[in-house]
Amino acid sequence: MADSAIAAARRLLSGNEAIARGAWEAGVKVASGYPGTPSTEILENLARYPDVYCEWAPNEKVSMEVAAGASFGGVRALATMKHVGVNVAADPLLTLAYTGVRGGVVFISADDPGMHSSQNEQDNRHYGRMASIPVLEPSDSQEAYEFTKLAFELSERFDTPVMIRTTTRIAHSAGPVQTGERSVPPLRPFERDPGKFVMIPAHARRRHGAVLERERLLKEFAEEDSINRIEWDLLDIGIVCSGIAYQYVKEAYPEASVFKLGMTWPLPERKLMSFASEVKRVVVVEELDPFLETELRAMGIPCAGKELIPREGELDPGIVRAALMGEPLAPRVPPDLPARPPVLCPGCPHRGVFWVLNRMRAIVPGDIGCYTLGALPPLSSLDICISMGASVGSAIGMERARSPEDDRPMVAVIGDSTFVHSGISGLIDAVYNRTKVTLVILDNKTTAMTGGQDHPATGRTLMGQSAPVLDLVRLCEAIGVGYVRRVDPLNLEETRSAIEEGLKHPGPAVIVAESPCALQADVRDEILVVDTEDCTACQLCFRLGCPALSGSAEDARNGRSCASIDPLLCRGCSLCEQMCPRHAIHRAGEDPHGGNHRGEE
Amino acid sequence: MATTSIRIVGVGGQGIVLASNLIGEVALAAGLDVKKAEVHGMSQRGGSVTCDVRFGEKVFSPLAAPGEVDLIIAFERMEALRNLPALKPEGLIVVNRQSIAPSTVTAGMATYPPDVDEQLRQQAKRLVFVDGPRIAAELGDPRVINSAVLGAASCHLPFSLEQWEEAFHARLKNKGVEVNLQAFRRGRSEAESVEIESPDLQTA
Repeated sequence: MADSAIAAARRLLSGNEAIARGAWEAGVKVASGYPGTPSTEILENLARYPDVYCEWAPNEKVSMEVAAGASFGGVRALATMKHVGVNVAADPLLTLAYTGVRGGVVFISADDPGMHSSQNEQDNRHYGRMASIPVLEPSDSQEAYEFTKLAFELSERFDTPVMIRTTTRIAHSAGPVQTGERSVPPLRPFERDPGKFVMIPAHARRRHGAVLERERLLKEFAEEDSINRIEWDLLDIGIVCSGIAYQYVKEAYPEASVFKLGMTWPLPERKLMSFASEVKRVVVVEELDPFLETELRAMGIPCAGKELIPREGELDPGIVRAALMGEPLAPRVPPDLPARPPVLCPGCPHRGVFWVLNRMRAIVPGDIGCYTLGALPPLSSLDICISMGASVGSAIGMERARSPEDDRPMVAVIGDSTFVHSGISGLIDAVYNRTKVTLVILDNKTTAMTGGQDHPATGRTLMGQSAPVLDLVRLCEAIGVGYVRRVDPLNLEETRSAIEEGLKHPGPAVIVAESPCALQADVRDEILVVDTEDCTACQLCFRLGCPALSGSAEDARNGRSCASIDPLLCRGCSLCEQMCPRHAIHRAGEDPHGGNHRGEE
Repeated sequence: MATTSIRIVGVGGQGIVLASNLIGEVALAAGLDVKKAEVHGMSQRGGSVTCDVRFGEKVFSPLAAPGEVDLIIAFERMEALRNLPALKPEGLIVVNRQSIAPSTVTAGMATYPPDVDEQLRQQAKRLVFVDGPRIAAELGDPRVINSAVLGAASCHLPFSLEQWEEAFHARLKNKGVEVNLQAFRRGRSEAESVEIESPDLQTA
């Protein structure tokens, strides 16, 4: 990163950029995470700063463990993940809460209310209560920066991992941030301390007591520190809020008295009770679960909350205003227009696999990534999506559940990054317990959905160094899979025959469909064109769902538009050429009626 | 200064985030408070995309409340129509003359409305069209449509051409900054010379 980008200044930063900056200034030395919207850019940005080791871990559990180890080894450490990633990391987290830290440990839980890019909208503030660890909730980029620095201090002062909980509207919103200088605390080399670091039952019992005492002290901090502040105004209404909801409240009802919680676990009970006694009525404005509301009620504070504020989805200033003013929310009827769902990109290699599976009418247990879009029409070729790595396990269960008469083909699909994340264990189960599963690894050599991050099978690290390439074919063979084939998914015939052969194989079978992500590939093949003389307007190619293919404005047959290919969008993948029954699609440079045509050797 | 709310809408891949960054940059450099909201991930794969930018003396929410947007910059016609309910009754909408068929239309499950421009004229009180694709084609670079559209919208925002130029240099760091600025200037000068379409004016 250039020196000018490192110097202290007032900059427009996203929440994620602000967290990276705060962590760097706090002297973080080790950072580990797994990409997941809306958390990904934190590590991508932190990796550009000097003097900090940053890595993509295979999954969030490993990244939490790396952060724990770095802390025990005496430096400040950061782990980043999306909300569902914390589920994966929860095992080490809930015991790291017992051991405590040496160097400060901060982890980011980036929640996604409204599910812009997630499979659920769980509210991770509950983890703070479950683990008895502090939870900080910034309400804008400036606070994301400040709270990150504070979180490292709290971690060391109270001997605890600290969770910073953001949401999409914090992580991916930008605002001005006044940045400062970096200061690195001295290294505190590891010293043996089994009572603290070895969590056998005898030690853990003692540590649990320490955890509860720590929580009591943190509660005192929450009572006194300005991170929880009251903004007095009219006493008719007192609003309790945190995070992005605070901004909506200030926008919607600037005259209200507001209790702004920067720390939402543990809660300042005395301060909240005194606030409640000064105002006529208390309303809790929070996204998702009634987390604060439940706690206020447990304190005996009468309050309104989820009877006014929706529990599902994101809030916005309009929803909050209507709730606080007691007005009915104006109905939000979307205009009657064709939907525009996200689609697989032009040239996406996943399309070839989904086309084959669509034609086979296969049952497809799927996974998390761009390829989940294969579930949408017109490909409609993905039937199950639960969590990272779940394609293989769910395929095993489906196989064990179905009757012998059910002869529908079943083919599970998983991305390369997701397979490394947690698909491998499922595959080991299938081999070990002799369950017939056929798995296609959609190997596009990147973590595509989150914007193209490296992983153990790409040959590059987050810090831009070359790395050993995890060979997925040899890995599957080593696990004991009897049928492993590598195919080019942009070759429909090769892909179809490998999948059919895999289905016939008596044991677990893996097809590695290897072709680079269309967004990552530097070279683009010669584009394709439609020969309107040969096109019969059957529109079969439209069923590929390729954004480059659409109805021609000029040419039609029997009232139906011929196909037309957008030269700016076409990547030259040739799937449409391969599936066109009339051979009406060919490379732009080829003469279909000359000697250079594939079908006329 | 009251807060100005801008919503940029279009299709994933049209350069909406860059346009929002430029507005954020120019407002910050002008000494204003700025908040900007965007969405990454799934929605970027050719789906409908919206991005809010708000600036003023003190801005709280990065999202504008529905029905309170001052200016919509629409990179695609149908997305303009889809987002029109967000506009204030007296708000302005700048629409790029570009139609992109969504997958639902190509797959034959829906029809792209043939009368989008008429519907926009009926529903929007203040409307400006800009021909981004033509400007970009004239400059020989289809990737600068977004800068042309932003240029057209810029003459309705309180910043000088010099301020915009500085923002382009700060954000683009020499990567195609000249051709983007050419597109921006052309969009800006074309929009300066066209009257805002308004039913009141037309009937007068």
